[in-house]
Amino acid sequence: MAADGSQQAGVRRTVIRSVAALIGMFAFAFALVPLYDVFCQVTGLNGKVDTTAKAIIHEEVDQSRFITVQFITRGSAGLPWQMSVETRQMRVHPGQTAEVDFTFTNNSHQESWGRAVPSVSPSSATTHLRKVSCFCFQEQQLQGDERLTIPLVFQLAKDLPEEISTITLVYTLYPIQRIALNPLNNNNAAGDKI
Amino acid sequence: MAPKLPPQHSLQHSSSAVAGGQSQEGQSHYPHAAQPKGLMRWLLTTNHKEIGSLYLIFSLTMFFVGGIFALVVRAELFQPGLQLVEPEFFNQMTTMHGLIMVFAAVMPAFTGLANWMIPLQIGAPDMALPRLNNFSFWLLPVAFTLLLSTLFMPGGGPNFGWTFYAPLSTTYAPASTTFFILALHMAGISSILGAINIIATILNMRAPGMRMMDMPLFVWTWLITAFLLIAVMPVLAGVITMMLMDINFGTSFFDAAGGGDPVLFQHLFWFFGHPEVYIMILPAFGIVSAIIPTFARKPLFGYASMVYATGAIALLSFLVWAHHMFIVGLPLTAELFFMYSTMLIAVPTGVKVFNWVTTLFRGSISFEPPMLFALAFVVLFTIGGFSGLMLAIAPADFQYHDTYFVVAHFHYVLVPGAIFAIMAGVYYWLPKWTGHYPNERLAQCHFWCSIIGVNLTFFPMHFAGLAGMPRRIPDYALQFADFNLLSSIGAFFFGASQLLFVLVVVLCVRGGQKAPAKAWEGAVDLEWSVPSPAPLHTFETPPVFHRAQSHD
Amino acid sequence: MRLPWQWLLTITSVASLSQAHASSWNMPVGVTDTSRNIFGLHMTIFWVCVVIGVIVFGVMFYSLFRYRHSKGAKAARFHEHTSVEVLWTAIPILILVGMAVPATATLKNMYDASEADLDIMITGQQWRWRYEYLGEDIAYTSNLSTTREQIRGESDRDEHYLLDVDEPLVLPINRKVRFLMTSDDVIHSWWVPELAVKQDTIPGFINENWVQINEPGIYRGQCAELCGVNHGFMPIVVHAMEEAEFETWLEERKEAAEQEAMGVDREWAIEELMARGEEVYQSICSSCHQGEGQGAPPAFPALAGNEQLINELDWHLDRVINGVSGAAMPAFRNTLNPVEIAAVVTYTRNAWGNETGDTVQPATVAERIAQ
Repeated sequence: MAADGSQQAGVRRTVIRSVAALIGMFAFAFALVPLYDVFCQVTGLNGKVDTTAKAIIHEEVDQSRFITVQFITRGSAGLPWQMSVETRQMRVHPGQTAEVDFTFTNNSHQESWGRAVPSVSPSSATTHLRKVSCFCFQEQQLQGDERLTIPLVFQLAKDLPEEISTITLVYTLYPIQRIALNPLNNNNAAGDKI
Repeated sequence: MAPKLPPQHSLQHSSSAVAGGQSQEGQSHYPHAAQPKGLMRWLLTTNHKEIGSLYLIFSLTMFFVGGIFALVVRAELFQPGLQLVEPEFFNQMTTMHGLIMVFAAVMPAFTGLANWMIPLQIGAPDMALPRLNNFSFWLLPVAFTLLLSTLFMPGGGPNFGWTFYAPLSTTYAPASTTFFILALHMAGISSILGAINIIATILNMRAPGMRMMDMPLFVWTWLITAFLLIAVMPVLAGVITMMLMDINFGTSFFDAAGGGDPVLFQHLFWFFGHPEVYIMILPAFGIVSAIIPTFARKPLFGYASMVYATGAIALLSFLVWAHHMFIVGLPLTAELFFMYSTMLIAVPTGVKVFNWVTTLFRGSISFEPPMLFALAFVVLFTIGGFSGLMLAIAPADFQYHDTYFVVAHFHYVLVPGAIFAIMAGVYYWLPKWTGHYPNERLAQCHFWCSIIGVNLTFFPMHFAGLAGMPRRIPDYALQFADFNLLSSIGAFFFGASQLLFVLVVVLCVRGGQKAPAKAWEGAVDLEWSVPSPAPLHTFETPPVFHRAQSHD
Repeated sequence: MRLPWQWLLTITSVASLSQAHASSWNMPVGVTDTSRNIFGLHMTIFWVCVVIGVIVFGVMFYSLFRYRHSKGAKAARFHEHTSVEVLWTAIPILILVGMAVPATATLKNMYDASEADLDIMITGQQWRWRYEYLGEDIAYTSNLSTTREQIRGESDRDEHYLLDVDEPLVLPINRKVRFLMTSDDVIHSWWVPELAVKQDTIPGFINENWVQINEPGIYRGQCAELCGVNHGFMPIVVHAMEEAEFETWLEERKEAAEQEAMGVDREWAIEELMARGEEVYQSICSSCHQGEGQGAPPAFPALAGNEQLINELDWHLDRVINGVSGAAMPAFRNTLNPVEIAAVVTYTRNAWGNETGDTVQPATVAERIAQ
């Protein structure tokens, strides 16, 4: 019986530890979500740009080379907006601050909300692209038929690696649902609600 | 006096007179109330042998269900063109085939073998938590009834591949996806609880004198597998919960529009998914490591190395996940890291293969059915391992990824790998479970038909993939036609051959040549010291464990 | 760009090239330096595996034959040998390091998309590809052109069954082309085996890749990531041509786009709209809404006899122009020009018994999506 007793104690100990590990791993899975974001922002690894404004750093401009910065705008389904940029590409020195205007037009007669999601290529350039002011930092609201022009102000870091000569910045415009939806209403292939 | 339980089922034979001296039948410490009969007996059993049988029968049934889904796929792919099913249904078939085989066939089969054999191999009377054991099993029929029912729901069942990448599985998914998630949660809980039970049993209930390095390799591999399960099934639970939230509660974990990232899904999924495939193979390594020494009549070569290699594989399995994502746009540093770690994991796996071959070398080898399957495992799993090594070379993977080359790889390691090992284990331990030897002629026929079927089905897939055929397509260009024709013929042949397996098992349960306690001449572990068939209760007093040879 | 280790791969790939050229059993050697490097790596690792397999299975089958119990073999008792274990751990590691060196060099090269001559934006959509020549104002979609009849077996299948499109991606040879890849809906993957380019297209994110094609020709590939019902029906065709020919093509293409743009301002007759609309419908819409507008509910609504479509022109236009968020219906303003949109809306409003008698002029559409 003594053997049984210590065996039971051993079993209990194993179970408690296993359950603790379990809970820990479940929490770890959820912790990975912000960790992934932090990791990507710190390393710039997937072209995901910081969503907070950065101050301009007063540093010398590297006049010896030009970087071609390209801008691409994309819309998406469900948002009747047009997004355009004043210039497709510009040439900027590392260390230089530049500004470019983006125009948003709501083609419908109702107000709606949208958000521009940025992505940068090559991803190694992301940490060197400092955004001082960007419409992508927050949602935009447009009344019916309204047109809005907002600048993007950015600075290319002086220490941008030598290998990079072209940076492409893509903005995809997504709709934001403001009407509270029945949770099951999101489904599409179920069909008839849409 | 020992109450005599009526022999209801040859698996449950419990005549106290036949007790091998290790246990005092019937004088259980927990007096039984009147034994329930029929359905209630099976619903309420807490006996590891009965639960083991439940798992195995469930797994075999689901193997055929998943197999039929595969045959629907192969029937459509028999020729170019869309003849039999619509692409929408085809995608459901490929998805469900994968889900059922992974979660309802392979994993429960290994769990069933674990339930039956771990207590017997370590000299324990039962698992550490018998009632939890019952619950773990019964979750599964509920979970998979729910999963299979999604096929009949409006919009159909899951159609996004067993890997269910977002946003195809969130924003663009059918309405039944929420039920798919619930079913997977239940299956996950079942696995986790089973793993806790296994660890608690192995760490606390070994016979006195049995050190960790004395345990049979099947016990070791299951112990390590159980740790993997506890580590990664919660991550799967986390991912599918995030999916559930994205679909139903307006979050954006995997949706760029809301600031999320579809690639995050892949990282989380494969962080679970890669250890998952090792969960599906490590117990197979343990089974083969029992069978080969038995039929070579020679001790396993390098026991300690085998244990360390298994541990190394388990640890490394956490560091390779993104090799499933080489073409997703990972940064160069990450791509290189995962290439190196994936190549590295080939080393301990190779070491195991070398050890099995060296066990054979200068042995005294006979070819009973369990040995046939175990030998086929060594050869064909290694071939699957070779294609895996090729896939590890990241630049080359750009040409292999999402083609039939990958399908060939994982089917080689899973079918003539995991499945053959399970069948080998079943043939090996049937005498212990039933008291009869399986019919040798029929088993040999099953073996040869399976070998031909499996190779005819999956070998041409290597070429289809190299020629450029992508995965998960219901129709294909003409240059892939010959390979697909062969694969489809092979698939039907292989599927039909598995009916022989059912026949052998059923006949064996009902009768056959009587088997002694030590059914195989070269068998050495503790389970062979109890009678065949094993009584319902064994090792109620722990046996004294004598080390046959030192494993140091 | 010659890389120093290339001699190793050259030996193995030349040995295999002699048998493998135009082989339907092996990966293609391809028409870029990258594809050749990859082929070399593939053949090298293949032969490494063959050699290891021959040795291991050799010992194994020898043992199975030589040490049969039925022939009276007596089992030895040895069961460990540390130095052997160390050896067969170390030697594979060395072999793998040997493989890792050329693999690393190739991968670094594949990741370097700088100094490109031409930028192309590739967008994966359900279930077609869209190509945009950045800086040239040329953009078009590329749709499967294999007919339904061929797929259903009602007519004979041609040589490029399932690998043919209406508008291939046209590229110059000998110039470095940079691809910027993304998706409008789910994850797709752009793959052309002979170019050895494969990259997932992730919605909301940009992936970068590059190619430099050495030989003119037509190269075919397929979508390589499950993306829904028609995943198997969105092929890729790349037409690589001499640089001069490419320049001519660019010019012709720009002119055609200008012509189309001019067509926006004039008044179109209903017959013209119906004809053009039917073309657009069959190549773009029919894969989901089916040839006779019957759709495949609930995922793809029927258009024939669709009450809301018939009665609400405004709603109909909005659906086509702006798509439906979270459903498979894309915003076609990103894919089709105003003429095409006007035509297909006119067509669907009048075909299959819908008979509304409405015409939609390109100018109306252009106003709705005006900048």
